[in-house]
Amino acid sequence: MKKIGLAEGGGGSATNKFIKELFISRLGNEASEKMPDAAHLETGVRTAFTTDGFVVRPEFFTGGNIGKLAVCGTVNDLAVSGAKAEYLSLGIVIPEGYEAEKLEKVVDAVAETAEKAGVKIVCGDTKVVEKGAADGLFINTAGIGRVVKDWASFENIKEADAVILTSDLARHGMSVLLARGELGFEGNIESDCAPLNKMLESLHEYDVHFCRDATRGGVAAVLNEISEGAGKGFLIRENDLPLRQDVGNLCEILGFDPLSVANEGLAVIIVAASDASHVVEKLKSFPEGRNACIIGFVNGEGRVILETAVGGRRVVDMPAGELLPRIC
Amino acid sequence: MKFVKDFRDRELAEKLLSAINHEAEPSRTYRFMEVCGSHTMAVSRFGLRSLLPKNIELVSGPGCPVCVTPQWEIDAIFEIASRDDVTIVTFGDMIRVPGSRGESLQKLRAEGADIRIIFSPLDTLKIAEETGKDTVFIGIGFETTAPTSAALAKMAKELGRTNVFIAPFCKTVPEVMDVLLSDETLEIDGFLCPGHVSVVTGLDIYKPVTAKKRSAVVTGFEPLDILSSVLEMVRQHNKGEYEVKNFYTRAVKNEGNVKAQALLKEVFYQADTDWRGLGRIPKSGLRFRDEYKFVDALARFGIAETGVTDLKGCKCGDVLKGKMKPSACPMFDNGCTPQNPYGPCMVSSEGSCSAYYKYER
Amino acid sequence: MCLGFPGKLIEMDDFKAVVDIDGTTREVSLMMLPDEVVIGDYVMVHAGFAIAKMDPDEAQKTLEALREFADLLDEEGQL
Repeated sequence: MKKIGLAEGGGGSATNKFIKELFISRLGNEASEKMPDAAHLETGVRTAFTTDGFVVRPEFFTGGNIGKLAVCGTVNDLAVSGAKAEYLSLGIVIPEGYEAEKLEKVVDAVAETAEKAGVKIVCGDTKVVEKGAADGLFINTAGIGRVVKDWASFENIKEADAVILTSDLARHGMSVLLARGELGFEGNIESDCAPLNKMLESLHEYDVHFCRDATRGGVAAVLNEISEGAGKGFLIRENDLPLRQDVGNLCEILGFDPLSVANEGLAVIIVAASDASHVVEKLKSFPEGRNACIIGFVNGEGRVILETAVGGRRVVDMPAGELLPRIC
Repeated sequence: MKFVKDFRDRELAEKLLSAINHEAEPSRTYRFMEVCGSHTMAVSRFGLRSLLPKNIELVSGPGCPVCVTPQWEIDAIFEIASRDDVTIVTFGDMIRVPGSRGESLQKLRAEGADIRIIFSPLDTLKIAEETGKDTVFIGIGFETTAPTSAALAKMAKELGRTNVFIAPFCKTVPEVMDVLLSDETLEIDGFLCPGHVSVVTGLDIYKPVTAKKRSAVVTGFEPLDILSSVLEMVRQHNKGEYEVKNFYTRAVKNEGNVKAQALLKEVFYQADTDWRGLGRIPKSGLRFRDEYKFVDALARFGIAETGVTDLKGCKCGDVLKGKMKPSACPMFDNGCTPQNPYGPCMVSSEGSCSAYYKYER
Repeated sequence: MCLGFPGKLIEMDDFKAVVDIDGTTREVSLMMLPDEVVIGDYVMVHAGFAIAKMDPDEAQKTLEALREFADLLDEEGQL
C-alpha cells in the first residue's frame, strides 16, 4: 500500500514527480501544465472571487467525498452570487502516511466535478505535514468568474417575492452523520452535493433578486441572514418544504429540525412572484433541480415565520451551534 | 411515517380547534401544564399556542431531565470529567449545561477531554472496551430513560466490566407531581401527562391529580394528540368532573410496562434527591442498590451530595413550576440565551425557556 | 422528557432487534419490551431501546373517533 511521505511535500524532484503524476495528469490545462507560479488568465471584466475550506470527516460519504465537495462549494458560491464560474485554485494539506490510493480517488473527484461544472483548476499547492499534525486532508479552493448578474445584494429583495429551494432538505448533513456511524444508524441517504452553476446560469434570463447556497446552518440560517440583511421577513409553509421521508424521520428521531441541517447542493432563490413558476419549471429540467419548489413568500414582518403542518405559526430561529442528538 | 403522518392531519386539527373555541367559556381562563419537555417542544414546534384561544394557557412543567438537574449534580459531572484518565459518555442534551464556574462539556471537549455523544446508553460498553479507560455514562432522565441506565448497569454486571460507571441522576414523576399538587399557589386546572413516561408507569400514578380536582390526560406528541387532550381537559374543567384519561392508547397500556418497572426495581431503589428550583423531594431519585454499587460513579469518584440546587439569580425553578413564563425571567434574552445559556431551561432544546426563545419570542 | 419514534421490526433475536424507520435502520435493545413481537410489528424507539409495541388497531380507533367527531361537528353546522 503506497503511502504519501514527507518527501512528496519537500519541494524537490519528488514533489514535482508527485504533482505531475497525481494532479497534472488529472487536472492539467494550458494555464497550469507548465506549473507556473501563477496562472495568467484573460478576464478584463467585472470579476467575482471567493474561497472556501473543506475538512469534512469522514472524507468519503454516500453521494460524494471531500474532493467533490471542494469544487462544488466554491463553484456554487460563485454561481449563487450571479457569476459564471470559470477558474479554481486547489490547495491540499496531506498528513504523512496518507494512502495514495485514497488521495487519487479524491483528486479524481475534483477532476470529474470540475469537468461537470465546466471550470478549470488553474493553480494549486500541496503540503505534507508530519504524522499526527492532521487527522485527514485539509482542502482549500478559491474561484473566480465573470459577474453576469448581482444576486447578492439585499436591496433587490421586494415584499411578495417568492422563496424557492432548488432541492430537498438536510441530505448532506444526514449523509455525513450516517457515514460517521457514531450513533449506530445505517441508511442510504446520499448527500445532495452537486455543482449548481449550469442550472443557476440558466436563470439569468429571469427576474431573480437574490440567491444564496444553504450550507452549514441550513435554510434556517440563510433565511435569517437574509431577513436581518434585508430587514424583511418570510412566511414559509411546512407542508411545502421538500423533504424526503427517510431524511425527515432520521431528523425527528434525533431531534433535529431539517431546516437547520447542512446541505451542499441547495440554493435559496428569491425571485419576483411573476417569474416564480417559470423559474421552478426551468430548475426542474435539471437533475439537481428535480425537487425544486416554492416554499413561501417575502413579507415586511422582519422575522422568519413557519406556517406549521396544522396551520399554526412559529418562528424559525437562527440555529445555535452544533446539532446534537437528544433524548428529550 | 406510520403512526405519525395521520396524527398531523390539518383538517382534523381545524375541527378540534373549532370545538375547543366553541367549548372554552370566554369568561374562564384554563391553565394546563405540560409536564413533559417533549410536549413543550411539540406545542412550540407545531405552533399550537398561536391556534388556541387566548384564555387557554399552556404552561411548561418540570419535565425536562436537563432542566431539573440540580447544580451539584452538574458540577459532579465536571469533577469527574476533570480527571484525565476518564471518558464521559452522554446524551446530547447535557453538552451545553453550564457548571458553577461556567464550564461545559462542550468547552471541556474543545480542551481535549474525551467526551462522547451517544444515542443509546449501551454504546457505553463498546466505548469502554475500546478505550480501556474508566468510562462514565451520565444517567439522566425519568421513568422512560431510567430503565436504559438500569440495562447498562445489568449488562456491565453480566459482562463483568470493571471500567463502566453511571452517574445516577434519574428522577421520577409521581413525587414531583405531588409537590406541584400540594402547592396551593399553583393554579393549574389540568395536566397534559407525559406519553412515554406513562408507557412505563401506567396510569395509576395520576390518580392523586384527579383526587385534587384537576384533570390528567396522558397523550402522545402529535398535534391531534395534544389538541384532543386540551379539548378533553376543557370539558372536564367545565363540568368539574375529573378523570384520568389515556389518549395515547396506541402506545400506553393502563398497567404500564411491567418489564421496565421490574428492571428499575432490580437495579435502583428510591431515594430522596434534589431538584433544581424545587429543592429536595423525598423518594424522587433513583440510586444503585448494593449489588450494583460497583457501577455508581458517585461512589467510584468519591462525590458528595452537596445539595446545591440553583445558580445564583437563576429563575428556572419558578419557570419549572409554571409560576413564571420564561419571558418574565429577568435574565431571559438578557444574559441567558441559547448561544450562552445561564440556566438549564435555556440549555436543553426542550427546556421551556429555549423553546420559548426559539419559537415565541 | 423522552423523544421517541416508531420503527418497524425487520430482524430479531431474544435480546435485540433491528428496526427500520422508512429506510434508515438501527439496532435496538429489547431489554425493556414486555410484549411478544414478530417481524413487521412496530415498536416505539427511545434512546436505542424498544419501549413499547405500537398497537395499529388502537391507532385506527383513535383516528376513527376523531373523524366521527369531525363529521358530527359538520352536521351540527358549527363550522
